[in-house]
Amino acid sequence: MRSDRALALVFANTGDALLTELTAFRSMASVPFGGRYRVIDFHLSNLVNAGIDKIGIIPRSNYRSLMDHIGSGKPWDLDRKQGGLCFLPPFIIGSDSGVYKGHIDAIRNICTFLEKSHEEYVILCDADTVLNIDLDKMLKTHIKSGADITVAYKHGVMPDYPAGHIVLKLSEDGSAREVLVSTKTGCECDYGLGIYIFRRKELLDLSLKASERGYSSISRGILQQNAETLRIFGYEITDFACAIDGMRAYTDANMALLKPEIFHELFNSERPIYTKTRDDMPTRYGLSSDVKNSIVGDGCIIEGTVENCILFRGVHVGKNTVLKDSIIMQDTEIGDDCEIQYVTADKDVRLQSGTKLRGSEGCHFVIKKGGII
Amino acid sequence: MKKTECVAMLLAGGQGSRLGVLTQNIAKPAVPYGGKYRIIDFPLSNCINSGITTVGVLTQYQPLELNDYIGSGKPWDLDRTGGGVHVLPPYQKQKSADWYKGTANAIYQNFPFIERYNPEYVLILSGDHIYKMDYSQMIDYHKEQNAACTIAVLEVPMEEASRFGIMNANPDGTIYEFEEKPKNPKSNLASMGIYVFSWDKLKAYLTADEQNEQSSNDFGKDIIPAMLQKQEKMVVYHFTDYWKDVGTIDSLWEANLDLLNPKVELDLSDKKWRIYSGTNIAPPQYIAPSAKVQNSLVTDGCEVYGELEFSILFENAKIEEGTEILDSLIMPGATIKKGAKVKYAIVGENAVVGENATVGESPEEYGGEWGVAVVGPNAVIESGETVAPKDMICAQKKRGAAI
Repeated sequence: MRSDRALALVFANTGDALLTELTAFRSMASVPFGGRYRVIDFHLSNLVNAGIDKIGIIPRSNYRSLMDHIGSGKPWDLDRKQGGLCFLPPFIIGSDSGVYKGHIDAIRNICTFLEKSHEEYVILCDADTVLNIDLDKMLKTHIKSGADITVAYKHGVMPDYPAGHIVLKLSEDGSAREVLVSTKTGCECDYGLGIYIFRRKELLDLSLKASERGYSSISRGILQQNAETLRIFGYEITDFACAIDGMRAYTDANMALLKPEIFHELFNSERPIYTKTRDDMPTRYGLSSDVKNSIVGDGCIIEGTVENCILFRGVHVGKNTVLKDSIIMQDTEIGDDCEIQYVTADKDVRLQSGTKLRGSEGCHFVIKKGGII
Repeated sequence: MKKTECVAMLLAGGQGSRLGVLTQNIAKPAVPYGGKYRIIDFPLSNCINSGITTVGVLTQYQPLELNDYIGSGKPWDLDRTGGGVHVLPPYQKQKSADWYKGTANAIYQNFPFIERYNPEYVLILSGDHIYKMDYSQMIDYHKEQNAACTIAVLEVPMEEASRFGIMNANPDGTIYEFEEKPKNPKSNLASMGIYVFSWDKLKAYLTADEQNEQSSNDFGKDIIPAMLQKQEKMVVYHFTDYWKDVGTIDSLWEANLDLLNPKVELDLSDKKWRIYSGTNIAPPQYIAPSAKVQNSLVTDGCEVYGELEFSILFENAKIEEGTEILDSLIMPGATIKKGAKVKYAIVGENAVVGENATVGESPEEYGGEWGVAVVGPNAVIESGETVAPKDMICAQKKRGAAI
C-alpha cells in the first residue's frame, strides 16, 4: 500500500519566537496566511497531496487555536480509521515537564508513537515555511538515492534573518559535505527549508544518541554531528517557498502573492491547498468600492478603496476609507474615513472611523489580535 | 430505535424544464445560486438550523450531480448516526419498479424510510425556493393547533395570485378550500409548498390515494383536496420574510440580483442562521490592478481583471481584461475572455465567452423582444459572436454543429 511508505511529523511551534507579534496567542502553525489559510494548511496539503495520510502534529505551547483549526482533520481528508491525524502535545513523564526544548526532545517524547508505527520513512516538517511542493517526488528521490537523510533546500541568497537556518555545502552528486548552522552569508547558497526525510528507525536511533550528548536541535545534534558518516542529501526546491521567520518575512511572503505567477504557483489545481471552511457568504463590493491588486477572502464587505492588500475572511472596510499595502486578518473592522498604509492587523481588530495609521514597507505597523484603535 | 419527532422529506426530483439549458444535465435543486450556493442549500440549511436532523431527499431527474453534492451531508452537519441526510431515488421492489408518479407517490414509495424513524410529524419541502425559515416554529404551531396538516402561505399581490396555488382560509386560519392557479382568486394566500403533516394522517391519506387509479398522486391536486373533503383540520401558517420561487430564468436571475439590493431582506451573512454549502477548494479571490468591481458579489477562486457592476461571480469564474459585466450571473468556472461584454445575462457553469463577444443587452438599449440572455453550461461562444437578449445557447448544439 502506497500510504504505508511514510508518516509525517509537523512541528507546530517552530519559529514562534521570531514572530512574537503574531504568535502571542497562537502557534506558528496557526498563523493566518494568504487571505484564508493558516500556515499549517500548506504542510498538511503537501503531505495529503503526496498520499501521506498519517500525520503527527507536535505542538509545544499556545495550541488552542491550532486545535480549533484542525478539528478532526476533515478538511484535509485526515479523519481516518487508518492513519489520519494524531495530536502529540507535551506529555509529563516523572519530573520531566514534557515541554521540549528542541526537536530532539520532542521526538524522544513521542518515541512510543514512532516505535509503534510501521512506516519505513518519516517526513519532518517545520511549520514556519509556506510552500507548495511535490513531497511524493522528494520521497521517491530519497528512496532511490539510498540517502540516510534528505534535506529540502532552496538555492539563492539566504534571507538575512536571525534564525537557526542551515546551509548545505553540496558535492556534485547532491550529497552534503558540510552542514553549517546559523551562518551569515551575503551570497548565494543552498539553505534548508526545514523539511527532512529519515528512515523511521534511524531517526529514533539518531535522536537517542543526540539527546545523550545533550543536543536538542536536529541541525546540530543530527546533521552536523553525522555529516561525515551519514549520507545526507540535498533536494532542491525550485517552486515558491518562503520561510516565515520574522515580521518582515511574513509581510513579504503575503505580498508576494499579489504577483499572479507566484499566486498560481502556490495555488495550482494539481496540488490544491485545503483549509477549514467558514461558510461565509461571498464578498460584497459596495457601490463606492474601488479595489485594485488585492487578494480577498469570502465574507468581506468593502465600501472604500483597497489597493495592494491581503484581506482575510469577514473583513469590513468602511466608506471613504483608503487602505493600501496592508494585511488585514479575519473579522477585522475598519470604520469610515480611515487612511491606512503598511499595516498588519491581526484578527478581530477594530479601527474606528477616521483612524490614520502608517507603517513602512519594511516594517509594518502591527496591531495585535482584538486591538482597538 | 430512538424516536425522531419530525422527519423532513425534500422533493428534489423535479426537472425544472422552465430553466431550459441550465437544468439540461442537472436537477433544479442543484442549480447554482448566490455565488457559492446551490438552491438545495436553503432547505437543507433551514433543516439543520431548525433542529431537524433526519432528511430524505427524493431524487429522480438527473440525480448524478445532486447525489454527488449532498454526499454524506457533512457540509450541513447532516452526517448523523441515527438520522442525517439520505438520498432516496426510486428503486425496484419485489413486485414492481416504478418511477415516482407524483409528489405524493414519491412519499408513498418511501414509507419504509419514514417508518424507520417512527415520527410524529412529517415535513414536506421542495427544492425550488430561496428563503430562510425556522421550521420548528411551524411545527410548534401545527402542534398548538392540533391540526392534521399545516400549510405555509405567503401573501402575494392579488393580481399575481392566479399564478399560485391559493389557500382559502377562515379568519381563524382553517382552510376550507384549495384552488390551483385560480382565474378569479378569492384570497391572496399562496401555498409555499411547505407542509407539516401528522404522520398517521398522512400515511392514511397516501395509502388511500394509491388505491385510486384516477389519482395523479400529487399533494396539491389530490391529497390536500381529499383531506379537505373529509373535513380534516387544516390550517395556514403565515410566513412574511423573503421567499422566492426560482423556477424560471427571469426569477432565477432576479432572485440572485436581489442579494445586491439593500431593500431586499435576505441576509446571508447572519451568523445565527447560516446557509451552508458544499466545500469549494479554491484560493481566495484576486482583484487585479485593471479591475473595477462595484455593487457585486465575488467569491473564492475568482480572478477579476475586467469591470464588474451589479453582478454575481460564482466560484472560480475568470473575468479577463477589458471586459464589461453588468447585471449578470457568471456561474462556477465560467470564463469571460478579453474585451467581451456581458449584460443582463446568465453564463452557465464552465461556459466560455470568447474575446470581444457580446452576450445580452440592457432592456433600454434593445429594440426587439427583451429577455435575459442565457449561455448554457459548458457552451462556448466564439470570439466576436453575439448572443441576443432572450437567446439560450446550449453546449450540445455547438458540438453537433462542429461534427
